Amino acid sequence: MGMETRDVAYIALFAAIVAALAVFPPITLPLVGVPITAQSLGVMLAGGVLGAMRGGLSLILFLVLVAIGLPLLSGGRGGFGVFLTPSGGFLIGWIFSAAAIGFLTERFWLKLNFGIAFGICVIGGIVLLYAIGIPWVAYAAEISVWTAFTGSLPFIPGDIIKCLIAATVMVIVKKSYPIIVPRGAGGIHDNV
Amino acid sequence: MLTDLYVYGSSPLHRCKPSIKIGALTVFCTLVFIYNSWITILVASAMVVAGFLVAGLELRHAIISVRPAFWILAAIFIVQMVMADISLAALIILRFMLLILAASLVTLTTKPSEFVDGIMAGLHFAPSWVPKENIALAISLCLRFIPLVRTVLNEVRDAQKARGMDRNFKALLVPLIVRTLKSADEVSQAIYARSLD
Repeated sequence: MGMETRDVAYIALFAAIVAALAVFPPITLPLVGVPITAQSLGVMLAGGVLGAMRGGLSLILFLVLVAIGLPLLSGGRGGFGVFLTPSGGFLIGWIFSAAAIGFLTERFWLKLNFGIAFGICVIGGIVLLYAIGIPWVAYAAEISVWTAFTGSLPFIPGDIIKCLIAATVMVIVKKSYPIIVPRGAGGIHDNV
Repeated sequence: MLTDLYVYGSSPLHRCKPSIKIGALTVFCTLVFIYNSWITILVASAMVVAGFLVAGLELRHAIISVRPAFWILAAIFIVQMVMADISLAALIILRFMLLILAASLVTLTTKPSEFVDGIMAGLHFAPSWVPKENIALAISLCLRFIPLVRTVLNEVRDAQKARGMDRNFKALLVPLIVRTLKSADEVSQAIYARSLD
């Protein structure tokens, strides 16, 4: 796998960034009244800044720390219980979300612009995340997938705003402090 | 700075090994899902209540654990009541609350450091392809980075507040990420310079 100490440090850092974003007070959208938290923004950025492998591992690390009882989720939540709530699937989905966003970002790295980054965030951060989270709710709560989907709709406007912010930040960080090595290329990793 | 959810105590549950508690929780949750009936709910409730009493936890600990899931549980209750009947709705909500409370019983009686020690001890027995040192390093670096990122975030927020941009996520996140990525580079170079990797 070829993990260097620097990769381990990046993984640890983004787990810490996702944790730190819990301190942002949730912004409530005026029309739908659903609070949006900044934490899933960190999930998109973990993939979009670090790439698939490191992004996914940083979310695994973050969720392990949550599971062992550190209150790192927004609202000071933590412990095993959060994975057993109806929305537990969305937490597990964060791992795949970050990995998918990372994979696509690596794939389109050389021509990454705001539009492509936004598309990547929508695919990994909304489509894939909901594809994991919604069946979980439906199974655990014994409701139909369609009902679970309808119940999740109010969260989508907030998620789209997060995709817009994440895409902007991804493109700026790519220009100012690139971490990702594009797929098929290599060697820029040594420029300290 | 880094708090946890642990409640101090010296009950048998507090002293039990974390791995045993996790194993028991997994078995409990699986059984509650497989044997889905009122009898299961009653037995499981009795077990959870007994657990809370043995551990010397109070009602407020239980309320704090369930409260974050309150609204989504209320929504599911209403949907189930409309689509099925009130008894199924109650069964499903009670099952969720039991699972959450059983899990919080583990969380409230186990220090995060005990879990970390357990993970480290478990890594001793892991096969050789598992990058044990890297896992241990990632956990300890992350625990160090969380207060660092919070400090940087507060500094960036103060700086952008002076510019009237503290509600602008881009103006907060870009400096936060670039500054902390540099710190992560410095830390890894320091580890490398001391030949620890």
